[in-house]
Amino acid sequence: MLDQLPILTAITFLPTLGAIAILLARAFMRREDAAILDRNIKWVALLVTSVVLALTVFLVFEFDAGQPGYQFVHQIDWLSSLGINYKMGVDGLSVLFVLLTAFLMPICILASWGITKRVADYMVAFLLLETLVIGVFCALDLVLFYIFFEGSLIPMFLIIGVWGGQNRIYAAFKFFLYTFLGSVLMLAAMIVMFVQAGTTDVEVLQQFPFAESLQTWLWLGFFASFAVKMPMWPVHTWLPDAHVQAPTAGSVILAGILLKLGGYGFLRFSLPMFPDASEFFAPMVFVLSIIAIVYTSIVAFRQTDIKKLIAYSSVAHMGFVTMGLFAMNELGVQGAIFQMISHGFISGALFLCVGVIYDRFHTRDIAFYGGLVHKMPVFAVFFGLFAMANVGLPGTSGFVGEIMTMMGAFQVDPRVAFGAALGVIFSAVYMLTVYKKVVFGEITNPKLESATDLDRREWINLSVLAALTIYFGFLTTPITDTTKASVDALIQQYQAALVTDVEPPAGEAEG
Amino acid sequence: MAYLVVFGPLLAAIIAGLFQKQIGDRAAQIVTTGATIAAALASVWLLIDVAYGGNARTLDIVTWMAVGQFEVNWSIRLDSLSAVMLVVITSVSSLVHVYSWGYMSHDPHRARFFAYLSLFTFAMLSLVTADNFIQMFFGWEGVGLASYLLIGFWYKKDSATSAAIKAFVTNRVGDFGFALGIMAVFAVFGTVKFDEVFAQIPEMSGEILTVFGMNFQALELIAFLLFIGAMGKSAQFFLHVWLPDAMEGPTPVSALIHAATMVTAGVFLVCRCFPIYEVAPDTSAFITFIGAVTALFAATVGMAQNDIKRVIAYSTCSQLGYMFFAAGLGLYSAAMFHLFTHAFFKALLFLGAGSVIHGLHDEQDMRNMGGIYKMLPATWILMIIGTLALTGVGIPILLGGLGLSGFYSKDMIIEEAFAMGAEGITFGMFAFWIGISAAALTSFYSWRLIFMTFHGKYRGDEETLKHAHESPPVMLIPLVLLAIGALFAGGVFKSDFVAKGAQTFWGESLPAGAYSDYKYGDYGSGVEYAEDHGIELTEAEGASLEAAVSEGDAYDDSHSERHPTWVLVLPVAVSAGGFILAWYFYMANPHLPGRIAATNGPLLRFLQNKWYFDEIYDFVFVKGTRALGDLFWKVGDERIIDGGGPNGIAATVMAGARRLARMQSGFVYHYAFVMLIGVVVLALVLIAGAGV
Repeated sequence: MLDQLPILTAITFLPTLGAIAILLARAFMRREDAAILDRNIKWVALLVTSVVLALTVFLVFEFDAGQPGYQFVHQIDWLSSLGINYKMGVDGLSVLFVLLTAFLMPICILASWGITKRVADYMVAFLLLETLVIGVFCALDLVLFYIFFEGSLIPMFLIIGVWGGQNRIYAAFKFFLYTFLGSVLMLAAMIVMFVQAGTTDVEVLQQFPFAESLQTWLWLGFFASFAVKMPMWPVHTWLPDAHVQAPTAGSVILAGILLKLGGYGFLRFSLPMFPDASEFFAPMVFVLSIIAIVYTSIVAFRQTDIKKLIAYSSVAHMGFVTMGLFAMNELGVQGAIFQMISHGFISGALFLCVGVIYDRFHTRDIAFYGGLVHKMPVFAVFFGLFAMANVGLPGTSGFVGEIMTMMGAFQVDPRVAFGAALGVIFSAVYMLTVYKKVVFGEITNPKLESATDLDRREWINLSVLAALTIYFGFLTTPITDTTKASVDALIQQYQAALVTDVEPPAGEAEG
Repeated sequence: MAYLVVFGPLLAAIIAGLFQKQIGDRAAQIVTTGATIAAALASVWLLIDVAYGGNARTLDIVTWMAVGQFEVNWSIRLDSLSAVMLVVITSVSSLVHVYSWGYMSHDPHRARFFAYLSLFTFAMLSLVTADNFIQMFFGWEGVGLASYLLIGFWYKKDSATSAAIKAFVTNRVGDFGFALGIMAVFAVFGTVKFDEVFAQIPEMSGEILTVFGMNFQALELIAFLLFIGAMGKSAQFFLHVWLPDAMEGPTPVSALIHAATMVTAGVFLVCRCFPIYEVAPDTSAFITFIGAVTALFAATVGMAQNDIKRVIAYSTCSQLGYMFFAAGLGLYSAAMFHLFTHAFFKALLFLGAGSVIHGLHDEQDMRNMGGIYKMLPATWILMIIGTLALTGVGIPILLGGLGLSGFYSKDMIIEEAFAMGAEGITFGMFAFWIGISAAALTSFYSWRLIFMTFHGKYRGDEETLKHAHESPPVMLIPLVLLAIGALFAGGVFKSDFVAKGAQTFWGESLPAGAYSDYKYGDYGSGVEYAEDHGIELTEAEGASLEAAVSEGDAYDDSHSERHPTWVLVLPVAVSAGGFILAWYFYMANPHLPGRIAATNGPLLRFLQNKWYFDEIYDFVFVKGTRALGDLFWKVGDERIIDGGGPNGIAATVMAGARRLARMQSGFVYHYAFVMLIGVVVLALVLIAGAGV
């Protein structure tokens, strides 16, 4: 019955309505009332994002996990003469990302309660961002996907550029340059696909047999964009800068959701549409993943800026995702999806933790801190928990994604798992070192004497994330059962496509 | 019952940890200690039920992960092996809990301490009751976490938090091997459940795995990788560096985690996976080698340490070496036996050392002690019992051997190593001679500790001496209970662990071992045993046991052939030699050590500096990683990647942007929206053009 209602469209555009309402309210407001507006806008944004979350939870409950195909499909004719339509739908691969987005948004709003600069614009940017990101996960048409995918760049660009730190303009441009250059190549690939297949319908394209030689070029076009978004080594350097300059909530969204767009892109486009090319390039992806895991973990160890450290750690964790995806077996792909969801909680929480101390002392310099446990014991517990989750301690969701992707990769090539497991050692090194420097020891910096522990808002945010991190560390089937049918179908189709074609060249053994 | 054992401590840890503010220190202590004692009592009941009642079973709780073939359950596996571990863990843990009431009575963070202790206990219990590799890994890293938290318990001290990180990271190096081992298990067997893996071993013995272009016997590779994990956790040679530093933690922690339980997890792992190690002779030889080297290495370093806890820490390391070389030689039940007895006397020694430290107001350096047996008479006697048990004092020939715990378990390992060596098992003889040498050193450093601490002249400052006091009963009672274990555990349980009763005792969980066929001084019989424990025997069983007794008598001759008398006497003799040497150096001629040190400077420094492992590791790994990190960051990221790509472009854009920014701060908006529209229009035009 729900299939008839455009629930996905409602979820996607509700935040936009909220944003429009805020803009209208401001337009008709007298200048003197600006303060009142600012205060109420936060509540409006919180309300809107909460309603979206409620709707999404409802959506997930109604979602039939046993069925591999798209559900809640909603189609409106648009440029139908060209085969371009407005078409939305979710399957097991995307539905959890919609939920993750809807879940993190209210947390971001809460984490932004202290914003004083241009509050209305800020909330509008976040609401638009929510629309665009959910749209990415639901879009079933290339053009629609492209608009959402590229559009999501803009609010993020603004969030960094307007509400960011001192060096925000540089960071925003770097972020923009990288992602935009990737996008241009993806756009070119999309155009070629459209010319070939005569449609932009994702469902149709997934069945369309692109010629093997062409697949290589198309794959590279998409790869350029997704690799930047992930980000994969060596196109990762925008991320640390963007994180460092972004406001706390911006970092949470960036690490929690925007980084998943790349992984989702691989799942939705590269793997099902270009199986031969994916198989051909898998060794290259493995090598880049291993470099990402080991290299960035070692770089993270040397950081003096706590946010940069966590940003580099994000790059390393995304390495597990690409590794799992291109292992292309059940464990690898399921593990990759799990890792993305779990990373959404953990990295989001870590950036919130950094935000907590940044709000109090306005510096991200690790050397500034030390001995926080004496003044902020509750903070120390949460930060410790998430640090351990980031290290991949069993019993937290961080472990599950890592072990599954590594087991999947081991079946394909033990060397890959070997490299990834090395990174697991380094993650302990940098995370425990920074934890020690910030939290343990005596307080030597007199400025820290005035530290106050978590307030209620911070406490709520962190404890919700902590509960989920631990819950999914112990029980993983709620996630894996939801994605199972779609992942199985994806792998089957992938294997079938490989069998019908000639075996890919011997590139597999290299790497 | 099993749930109470495993989850009781977890629940207590959560209550004490999260609600310490609400319930207060006292309640936190009561909850955690009560839960552990209850778990200990239940464990004893489980051991009787499982090992003597033959009631091995696995309880599945809930699915943890299920992806295709890969299925992992949270479960509680109860067999004799895990039941023995349950008893060791919960009994030592509850004694340590009680002891800590006294030891930590002045610490403002008691509740947190007790919460960590119980958390550790839970992790350790989930490790030993795992029925699959992944849950074992959970417990494995869980105890690592608890160890990290407890070593760094006094987080104000930089040395403590550094030691905590060192322990965690070194263990991670081991876990790297363990994790890869698990992956290899799954790749080869398609499952991670112990029973399913072990059942397939006969078919898989020829399986080859190709890694890095080399072909490996799959089972050898798996065995080797898993052993890397065991080396980390059990502080074996190369990965031992964290254990001495771990002494930064409060002393009860050292007794529980770094003597009796966690560090023995590696031995447990090898025993649990014995079906794999039985068909992996090369790896087993490697284990024997590493174990023997560790036994000797740690003993040499232990001789030259002055910190009372570090001496015992190296002693632990050395004793773990014994357990490993036993396991490497295939003497799994002997390894478990030594693990069992060692838990009692080493916990006793650590807690005794804690009592000394407590009595002398946190003095740990033995050079500042001496002659304090008058002030701490009970501690003195108890530590002597521990030392006697550790050094394996006993009478080897009479009545087939009679002595303290260590005499049965350690000497048995040494003697069996000889027998195995005589049969031509790789490294058997090597292990035997190293075992003998290490036994001599063990005796030397143990008595050195006793003499330096309790005898001779007091060397510390007088103020401390004035306030020196014996520990309160709450600390001494656990010591007394452990001392009873140190005295009798060996004699009482020998039959079940390694001799006559071993077959029935271990059931499927461990091979009873060759020596269980021999009488080894046990003149009880299976029939008497069955009567004692009220087990009903069928006629056939009774007959076969009777036959075993008469056969055993017939073995007396071959027994002595297997272990010539000199082999039985030698371990005790060298221990006596170690005692005499220690007495000569530290009692008869207390100035001699100083003179020897003066003339043998380099050797002494080599030992005092623990063979310079820390320095080498620091140079290679810590500095190496730092340098690599800087190289990747400054050169790789900043100069090559950024310098080549975006910065050039960005610099240009920035120049324009700055000019724009001065004009209007909101330029980003316009810029962005224009861009979006441009992109969309461009796309549509292109698409439309292509479509027409």
